[in-house]
Formats: sequence, structure tokens, C-alpha cells
Amino acid sequence: MQLFVVQLLSGLASAASLFLVASGLSLIFGVTRIVNFAHGAFFMLGAYLTFTLTDRFGGPLGFWGGMALAAVLVGLLGGLFEILLLRRIYRAPELFQLLATFGATLIVQDLVLLIWGPEDLLAPRAPGLSGAIDVLGKRVPSYDIFLILLGPLVLALLWLILHRTRWGMLVRAATQDRDMVAALGVNQKWLFTGVFALGTFLAGLGGALQAPREAVDHTMDLRVIVEIFVVVVIGGLGSIEGAFVAAILVSLLNAFGILILPKISLVLVFLLMAVVLVVRPRGLFGRREGAARMSGGAIMSVWKPLDRDGRIVASAVVVAAALAPLALGPYGLAVATEIAIFVLFAASLHLLVSVGGLPSFGHAAFLGLGSYGAALAVKMLGLPMAPALVAGPLLAALGAAVIGWFAVRLSGVYAAMLTLAFAQILWSIAFQWAPVTGGDNGLLGIWPASWAASAAHLYWLTLALVILAIGALRMIIFSPFGYALRAARDSDLRSEAIGVNRRDVQWRAFVIAGAGAGLAGALFAFLKGSVFPDTMGVSTSIDGLVMVLLGGVETVSGPIVGASVYKLLSIWLVSHTDYSKLVLGLVIIGLVLLFPKGIVGSFPLLHPRRVAPREKAAA
Amino acid sequence: MSALLEAHDLAKAYGGVHAVRGVSLDVSPSEIVALIGPNGAGKSTCFNMLNGQIRPDAGTVRLDGRDITGWLPREVWRLGVGRTFQVAATFASMSVIENVQMALLSHAGRASRLWGLATRADRDRAEALLALVGMARQAERPSAELAYGDLKRLELAMALANNPRLLLMDEPTAGMSPRDRVELMALTAEIAREKNLGVLFTEHDMDVVFRHADRILVLSRGQLIAEGRPDEVRTNPEVQAIYLGEGLTYHSGVGS
Repeated sequence: MQLFVVQLLSGLASAASLFLVASGLSLIFGVTRIVNFAHGAFFMLGAYLTFTLTDRFGGPLGFWGGMALAAVLVGLLGGLFEILLLRRIYRAPELFQLLATFGATLIVQDLVLLIWGPEDLLAPRAPGLSGAIDVLGKRVPSYDIFLILLGPLVLALLWLILHRTRWGMLVRAATQDRDMVAALGVNQKWLFTGVFALGTFLAGLGGALQAPREAVDHTMDLRVIVEIFVVVVIGGLGSIEGAFVAAILVSLLNAFGILILPKISLVLVFLLMAVVLVVRPRGLFGRREGAARMSGGAIMSVWKPLDRDGRIVASAVVVAAALAPLALGPYGLAVATEIAIFVLFAASLHLLVSVGGLPSFGHAAFLGLGSYGAALAVKMLGLPMAPALVAGPLLAALGAAVIGWFAVRLSGVYAAMLTLAFAQILWSIAFQWAPVTGGDNGLLGIWPASWAASAAHLYWLTLALVILAIGALRMIIFSPFGYALRAARDSDLRSEAIGVNRRDVQWRAFVIAGAGAGLAGALFAFLKGSVFPDTMGVSTSIDGLVMVLLGGVETVSGPIVGASVYKLLSIWLVSHTDYSKLVLGLVIIGLVLLFPKGIVGSFPLLHPRRVAPREKAAA
Repeated sequence: MSALLEAHDLAKAYGGVHAVRGVSLDVSPSEIVALIGPNGAGKSTCFNMLNGQIRPDAGTVRLDGRDITGWLPREVWRLGVGRTFQVAATFASMSVIENVQMALLSHAGRASRLWGLATRADRDRAEALLALVGMARQAERPSAELAYGDLKRLELAMALANNPRLLLMDEPTAGMSPRDRVELMALTAEIAREKNLGVLFTEHDMDVVFRHADRILVLSRGQLIAEGRPDEVRTNPEVQAIYLGEGLTYHSGVGS
């Protein structure tokens, strides 16, 4: 009973900070329709600034003042971020907005390292609340009690702002119908900036309040972002009350999960989210989203299979790639093999994102399943390399069949969040199920068979399989199935009216894409000789999206070019600078702002046939 | 009774609003029937219940005597019902002919095939359908850059791809220029007579309605208030009071 109460109070205290951050994200989404990936970064900045400011000023006034100042500074930064970046991409597809905010996250991560260094920092205890009080004979930090009381207080304040002020009324109106609010003469620009500043202020405050509770470190942004995504999705995007209820649910589940089911504690939260989404596809308190903004995401160019020139270029690339071992040493070949693997990874994601219009934020799950499938086939079943290369894609396709079944039943952002959640579930399983997966230590000793052991042989094998797989993907894109997939993306109404079963088609696309990524993962396991949970991490999923975007979302060959360039760039950056994330973040943001069509899309020379119909029409 | 489409006592309510109350209607083969009524009369709701877009609260829909109430749109389509929408719905990323080919592929049950070029499938039939609606010369254009009137023609070609016996057209001429309206409806009527199609359409343009409909159904506040040949409906005092009296119509310039 004592333990129960202590866990309950500790869970509720965590919920307060989580609620603050999540309500900010929900508020921002409700009005701007942007899922702010950088929200975790603002949270982290709040914590770091609190550390510095409370340290600088000292004393009770300095402590509480420093905390408030940190949150205000974060809010101002958020406003600036909105003015400089987001204003330019409100009409861009969701994918671009998420990538831009993710780019900002990368930049902040390196800036934090640069300014505060890699060590964990401990902010001072709250003056006057550093003690503990007795609850049923157990000592509970009084700061926790303060947080538990603060949560509902903030909820009440937010409610008052939203329901009792003119500004709040505008915010609520914009949440329901932005275009109508604009038509009524409200200056949307400043409304959006204001909402974004308030949202990021809440994130900063959440970080500030967390600082005296636990160590401040430079990975807390990604940890919290996944958690608050789960919270807002469970609560319903755009709902403050939902964020409150969901924050408590999630925190309590975390607090008690560790006690009751320690082996799967990490999975519980994501399971809760999956269940909620299946039962209530818009979250507990979510309503139908307001009038959709004008979509800038429709892909309007007509795709054509390669013509003669295109085939010559493609053959030349294949021949050049096949001859690479003549010019490259073992290190160069390892890099080339890795590039080939990620080309396949990106191409399989492209089938979902570009062809199917299904924003997946968990594609790394299939890469990871492929890796673990192959590794476990070797380790547990004692299979040789060839069948292991089959087992990987099979396991990934199976995973994709399950994840896809859920994802095609949800729309837009919720589907993306669900794929993210499933990827995190798999990551948690790989992380926690140590007897089978090796946990954090991974599985080691997954070496290629003797016939593929040399760097050149493994490279050739990888290249051959990747070329086959990409050929198959291209064939599928131009097959009747590929057209049905695009039909379902272009117009749900029309495709249903001509007999296309959208869910079925999209589900099959998930399975195919999963198998493709799984093959990439299996090859990756043999290239590295090992498998780690991080293969399935969020950042791998995002990497894939950046590759597709970099190459050009609206093109067929984009992912091949995008993955090659991105992988080369990131490998080069890691070996030449300590701040690769900073550069990468800037590259991503620059890309979204300046080259939204990507490399292939921006240079029509690379795909001469695509402009042909227009010329003919003009002639 | 030899009706192609028979709806009996259809009803649908949204919250407390009864959008459609006990509507019964039928369409015979090669008959062109217009469903008219003021805004908010329940035309679109009625329409969407016929092909499964909306599930009715009560009532039945029969096609050739077979109960299809609550069937999905794609299942209804398989039975030979073509559909066009108030706001033209086509596949923006495809060329004009690819749009038609997609419909043909689906009709042939080949839409889930993973091999073979979709652009080579059924080209002849796709071209013939485009020629039928007067779009042959635009076959290779990206559909996203078509003028709205042409988009409606393309939609008609797609709706004809499954050799339908019944065409359901929700405001087929909405958003078109007056000349395009007359042309498209004349074309539809011609195709319908030639192929022995039943056609049910909703329309605001009385010019189009009185010129092409064999029979007119008048809907007001979710209920059918009149039904008959154009001249009967035109002189029906109830219709004049409830419908024409609201000033929501153009002056009917038949013969002009």
C-alpha cells in the first residue's frame, strides 16, 4: 500500500511536467496544424536555461525567477522560430513541416553540446521545497507535491485564457476553421506566432520544472518528444483536456508498469496508445479536424517508366557501381555497401510515402526487424547466410502486415504517430528482451558466409540484391497495383467509386515496403556483423524520410539519389566535424525551404521524360 | 416491375435533422430521371445512399431486384453502377488516359497485379471511351491541368468504364460554363440512349433538367413532393409554391 501511494504520487508529479509540454504541442497543432517535432528541443532548452539561470542568480528569488525567465526565453525563441521558419512552410505537406522541425531539433542538440558540454547537469533543489513530507510513513519529496498541485492549476489557467479572453476565443476559432478566422479579418500571422510562443513557453516551463527533479542531459529532447507524442495522440491532437488526462494515464502507467510488469514496462505506454487509436482513431478527446487547409501536398506530375536515355543512364550507374571494388579499398567498399543498403531502405519507404501517400514515421521498424530476423536466424536457428537473408525480410513483412493493418485505418498524422509508436514498441522489445535480443548489447558475430566474406564479395552480393529489389519496386510502381496505390492516394472518393479497396491496397503496400526494408536490414546485419536496438530508433526512421525528401518526393528515382547523397554526406560529416548534427539540421531546413522538390525534382535533366507531356501539349 | 433501380422509404437523419424522410424512387433502363429541389432538400444525401456512400437509417435500395442496402460503393460499382461527383474526383497525378485505364483495370479485376505496365493496359478501350466523351485529343495530358469542364468529361468516361447499366450523376454540370453544361448533358443523354443506360442526376440548372429529363422528381425538406414528366412538374402548383417560389431557379428557357 505504501509503495502504491508513493508510486502514485511520483507518477502524478511526472504527469505535471508531461502535461505542460504536451499541452503546448497540442495547442500548436490545433491552430497551426503543425506537429512540432522541435518541441522536445524547446523542453530541453528550458531545462538547460534553468540550470544556468538559477545557478547565476542564486537564492529563492533567483531560483523561481530564473525558472520563469528560462521559460519566457524559450517562448521568445519559439516565436522567433515560427517567424523565421514555420511561416514559410504552413502550406507545405506535413512531411516537410515535420522534417523542418526535426532539423531544428538536430541543431539544438549540437548547440546544447557546444554551450553546456556533454556532462549531465544537476540544477539546484527548489528553495523551500527541498525537503520531503511523510505520506503513510514514506517520504515523498515536497517538490513532487508542488508539481502535483501545479498541473491542475496550469490546466485551469489555460482554460481561462482560452475561454475567457478575446485572444483565447480567436485561438479556439482558428482551431475549428482557420480560413474562416482569416476571412473575418483576424491577422493570422500574429495569432500563429502567439500560439507558437505560448506552446513553446509551456514546453520550456515543463523543462524548467523538471530540471530540479532529475539530471539535465542532451538526449532528453528525443526521450520526451516520443512520450509527448504518445500523450497528445492518446488525448487527441488539439485538446488540452485530453493532454491532461493522457499525461496522467501515461505517467501512472510508467510508474506502475515498472512495479507490476518490469519486463515490458517500456512497451505498455505504446500498447495503450495503439489500443486507444484502434478504439478511438482521433484519441480520447479528439474531434474531427477542422476544415483542412489548402493542400500543397498533392503530387501533380505524371510518372513515366525510363525511356531509352534513362535506361542508358541507369545501366551506366549499375556498371559503374559494379566496378567500384576496382577503385575502392575495404573501408570505401564498406561505405559503398552501406549506401546501397540505405538506397533500398529509402526506396522501400518511398513506396509508402510518395507512391502511397502514407506518412510513415516508423520505417526503421522494418529495417530493424530485417536485421533481427537475420541475426536470430543465425544465432538461434544456426542457419547459414542465405536463408538468414530470407528470414529477415519475412519477419519484417510480417511486422509490416500487423503495423499496416492498424495504420491504414487511421488518417494522416495519427497514422504517422501510430507507425512511430509501433517502431518504439519494437525498439523497447529489442531493448528489454535481453535473453533473445541481447538487449542494449545487441547480437554480435553475425558474419557473412565464407563465399561472401571479403569486402568486395559482400558488396557485390548487396549490390545485386539491392538492384533486384529496386527493379522489383519500380516494376510495382508502374504496375496496375502501383497505379491503384496512387489512385487511392489521389482520391479516396474516386478510387472507391471505381472499385478499388483503399485499405487493402495500402495494406499490401505496407507488406511490400516492409519486406524491402527488411532485406536492407538483413544485409545491414551482415555488413556490421551485429545488430543493435538503435537500428529501429526514431532517428533511423527520420533519416529515411530525409533521404526520400532530399531526392525528391515527387520523383521515382529520388530515393536512390537522395539516399546516396545523404549517406555520403553524413559519413563525411561525422569524420570531418564534431558538429555533424548541426550541419545536417541546417541542410534539412535549407532543403525544405529552398529545394522542396529535392535533387531529382529540381533538375529536370535527370528525368527528361517527365516534362515531355507538357511540351507536347504546348506544341 | 422492371425497374433498374428501386429505392423504398429511404431515411437519414443527422443528429436531430431529418435530411431525408421516406423517399421512394425508381429508374428504368434507358430512362433519364432528374432529382431536383432547393438547397438543403436532401438531394445529395439521397444520392449518396443510393450507391453506398452513406448508409441509410431506414429503407431499402434494390438494383435489378437485388437488395443492395448498405453495400459499399465499390461493391455497388461492381454491379454496374457508374458515379460522378458534385466536385469532379479524378486522379491528379495521372494523365487523362491513365485515369480511364485505372478504371478499366479495376473493372477487369486486375488492379492488384504487381507486374506489367499499367499504361499499356486496355489502351484501345480507354481511347474509345475518351473519344466517346470528346477527349481523345487530350489523352496524354496530365489530368491536373485540365479545364474543369474537361475534368467532368473525364469523370464521365471513367464512370462509363465498367459498362454500367445505371449512371448516378450528382450535379454533373456544377461549376461549368453554360455552354459546357448543355454540351455535357446532351452528350450524356446521347450515350444513355445509345447504351440503354438508366441515368439519375441531380441538377440546379433548370435548363438542363427540362431539356433532358424524361421524368423529374422534386425533393423538398427531405420528402418527395412531386413526380412526373417535365410539363407536369412545371405546372404542378405545389412545386411552384415550394420550389419555384423560392426563387432558386433560372427561368426555364426551353426552346431558346
